[in-house]
Amino acid sequence: MKRLIKGALLPVLAVLLSACQSMGAFPTTEAQVAASEPQAPALDIQSWQTAEGARVLFVASDALPMLDVRLVMAAGSSRDNGVAGLSSLTSALLGEGAAGLNVDDISRGFEDHGAQFDVGSYRDMGVVELRTLSDPEFRDPVLTLFNQVIATPSFPQDALDRIRTQMMQGLRMEQQVPGPQVKKAYMATVFAGHPYGEPSDGTLATLPAITREQLVEFYNTYYAAGNTVIAMVGDVSREQAEQIAGQISQSLPEGGAAPPQSRAQALTERKHEHINFPSAQTHILLGNQATWRGNPDHVALYVGNMVLGGGGFASILTDEVRQKRGYVYGIGSGFSAMASGGPFQVSFKTANENADDALSLTLKLIDDFVESGPTETQLEEARTSILGSFALGTADNSDIIGQLGAIGFYDLPLDYLQWFNQQVQNVTTNDIREAFQRHLVPANLAIISIGPQAPEVKAVGDDLQAGEQGGVVDGEK
Amino acid sequence: MKKWIAGLCLALWAGVAGASAPTHSFTLDNGMKVIVREDHRAPVVTVMVWFKAGSIDEAPFETGLAHVLEHMMFKGTEHLGPGDFSRLVARYGGSDNAFTSYDYTAYYQQYEASRLPLALELEAERLGSLQIDDEEFHRELQVVLEERRMRTDDNPNALAWEKFQAIARPGTGYAHPVIGWRSLLAQLQPEQARSWYQRFYVPGNATLVIAGDVSREQVEPLVERFFSDLPAGETPPRPEQSVRPAAGERRLALTMPVKVPALYMLYNVPSLVTADNKQDFYALTMLAGVLDGGMSARIETDLVRGQKLVAGAGASYSGIQRGDGTFTLSAAPNPEVSLEEVEAALREQIVRLQTTLPDESEMARVRAGVLAGQVYEKDSVMGQAMELGTLSTLGLNLDLSETFADELARVTPEEVQRVAREWLVPERLAVAYVTPPAEQQQRSTLEATQ
Repeated sequence: MKRLIKGALLPVLAVLLSACQSMGAFPTTEAQVAASEPQAPALDIQSWQTAEGARVLFVASDALPMLDVRLVMAAGSSRDNGVAGLSSLTSALLGEGAAGLNVDDISRGFEDHGAQFDVGSYRDMGVVELRTLSDPEFRDPVLTLFNQVIATPSFPQDALDRIRTQMMQGLRMEQQVPGPQVKKAYMATVFAGHPYGEPSDGTLATLPAITREQLVEFYNTYYAAGNTVIAMVGDVSREQAEQIAGQISQSLPEGGAAPPQSRAQALTERKHEHINFPSAQTHILLGNQATWRGNPDHVALYVGNMVLGGGGFASILTDEVRQKRGYVYGIGSGFSAMASGGPFQVSFKTANENADDALSLTLKLIDDFVESGPTETQLEEARTSILGSFALGTADNSDIIGQLGAIGFYDLPLDYLQWFNQQVQNVTTNDIREAFQRHLVPANLAIISIGPQAPEVKAVGDDLQAGEQGGVVDGEK
Repeated sequence: MKKWIAGLCLALWAGVAGASAPTHSFTLDNGMKVIVREDHRAPVVTVMVWFKAGSIDEAPFETGLAHVLEHMMFKGTEHLGPGDFSRLVARYGGSDNAFTSYDYTAYYQQYEASRLPLALELEAERLGSLQIDDEEFHRELQVVLEERRMRTDDNPNALAWEKFQAIARPGTGYAHPVIGWRSLLAQLQPEQARSWYQRFYVPGNATLVIAGDVSREQVEPLVERFFSDLPAGETPPRPEQSVRPAAGERRLALTMPVKVPALYMLYNVPSLVTADNKQDFYALTMLAGVLDGGMSARIETDLVRGQKLVAGAGASYSGIQRGDGTFTLSAAPNPEVSLEEVEAALREQIVRLQTTLPDESEMARVRAGVLAGQVYEKDSVMGQAMELGTLSTLGLNLDLSETFADELARVTPEEVQRVAREWLVPERLAVAYVTPPAEQQQRSTLEATQ
């Protein structure tokens, strides 16, 4: 595993030289740090299949007397099948009742033992999580209860009505603020006609019509053992882990994996959507369908995006739009690869009077990047950054269970993280430029906004340095 | 039946504490405190620098200054231009940021462990030689104004909360928002930032926390190398805090562009720092747990599920503060439930705490959550650094979390009742109703009845 990293040494030295040129002898420790090989410990992932067809991924860690279990199902809102909010409601009702147990029994049962039970619902995934102390005095009763909760969920009508009301109040509260509204409009526009375009948490129109029978059916179909990944990290042995996973798998409904869904199509022309809202800032989202899990260009897009807008203060967008001009507090870009699609997205918020300028500048920066790709120096800096940050991504049990869930759910090889690092080392500026050009047509990026008035795209000159000398920015006027 | 849980947990927790890696602290000649927490689970390190300077140290005309200075710490120094700091951090795979609160300002960098020397050199650089350029200051002020628009101005609940704090903690440094009142924030000048930096950013006012895959032997020479030459300067005095007399019952009616009304209630209570009787801190912690320690606690059981009055509600005690603590209740009602009804139900919960002893099983559940939580917290190196930095900055014992469970176990039902009677009283209470404009209210009632 360490040998993977050695190849990175040469590029690191190149970065060091360029750094020295621009900043003199400071920092004095940079040479030492640049020369030291960042550790990238491999996760020792054990994996097997249960008799009922669940895939298990397990990492033993005895550093702390605790155990994390995460079930990941293909049970997200992309399976709502026209009933927006069905997956979210189903997930939210887990733990509200099971055979012979009401919600008070269940919540006391977990909390008396210091255990934390949680559920979540996303576009691809439904997630059920448990964190418990690993000492059998705690672990055993907690796991027994957990298995009851997933084996015999009762979906009580009274809980359905209560949680539905809570979700609807939540939707009304979202209308008070600009962010959630523009995000929903963005997904609806970019994924029009695809399940990803539907709101995961439903609407004020769809939620009232959802019935208990629909929840039961959704659960039996999509929370089936064969549609589930069981991820575990913590202080238990392989033998114990097998036993725990086996019991969980037997507790889940019988059934196989949900069929794959058709891949979302990219917009082939620019769409503008604007929501009028009396906010002090205009929120702007730019994007289009661009990638998916399994895209062979995944690493090239990831590394390139670090340079463009995914690398925080080291990225072009933050440098130009925040640092040099003070238009925004934050700006970022990203590709989020999901099972049957994944948008490229840029988002920022800016004072209304700066909205035209910030939008036009951002589009120009994206245009330039897609056309030219990163420079060799930019690529080397992104590479050093990604390889150097590897250890932070698997440092604690919370990180590790997240990695296991994703590796299992998206059917990635167990050495995926090492493979990814290797790819990061091999990727070239050409690969990145070509990948961006293959997957991203800047002229087709949708522009979705919310604010007192729709922002307009203006021509931006090639001299992007103008803002740097401009002194106090436009907001003062 | 439930009692065994506490005993078991205690024994188990003792085992974990014994196995956990040590904490070292020492002080440099120039007065800077250094705390090292060894955690060798993964090859990572978190470096934090904490300053005893926050919003409560601001004069009324300079609200927001502590936070603006925090932003300027990422701009120029003797050797670094604007943005260079974070670019260097990112280049070596780290992440960095900072946060300003009422009681302190803190900076952090997280890395793979071999990056430690760089992290320390960068922190020493900005502690020793920050340079605040006029133009950069004004540009960054625009960024902070965007931050304020995003966090507060465009969120009616945040705006309501800010107005509520002004009456909830009157006459204290906690009555103004950390980000500053908009009109004053917009007028801040670079000279004020320079003077803030000179006054508070001296070694004797700072705590350096290093947590992760490090040893004291490895850390100490590095810390000496980068920090010991910084001149001691003068450590600014901060007034000692004690429990404030009751301010009287306060009520605020706010009409805001909300779709769902909101209720805020806040009692002024002692913190661990200001309490004359430190046991009050633990009893209030227990009380908050009984009320809102989870899905099985009283607010969820009675108000959310039982009476179905609220879509969401919460109670929390913030007792780790330099000044007095706060006991806060907040609620978003269900449709067609009035704020008056919700307030009455919450007050009934307070009366119940004052008149009926909490059940032993409820208290055992709170203790179980706290004990398990202490194990779970150790999962995060950053979390450990945060805890050490907070405690050091507030002058509290670094082993607070080790003794916390024992102290909590000593709290009796009678003590919970005593603190409810002593501190959760009307003359210590502020209440805010946040409601939509009248015309909008009608619309949402219609919608609710459809």
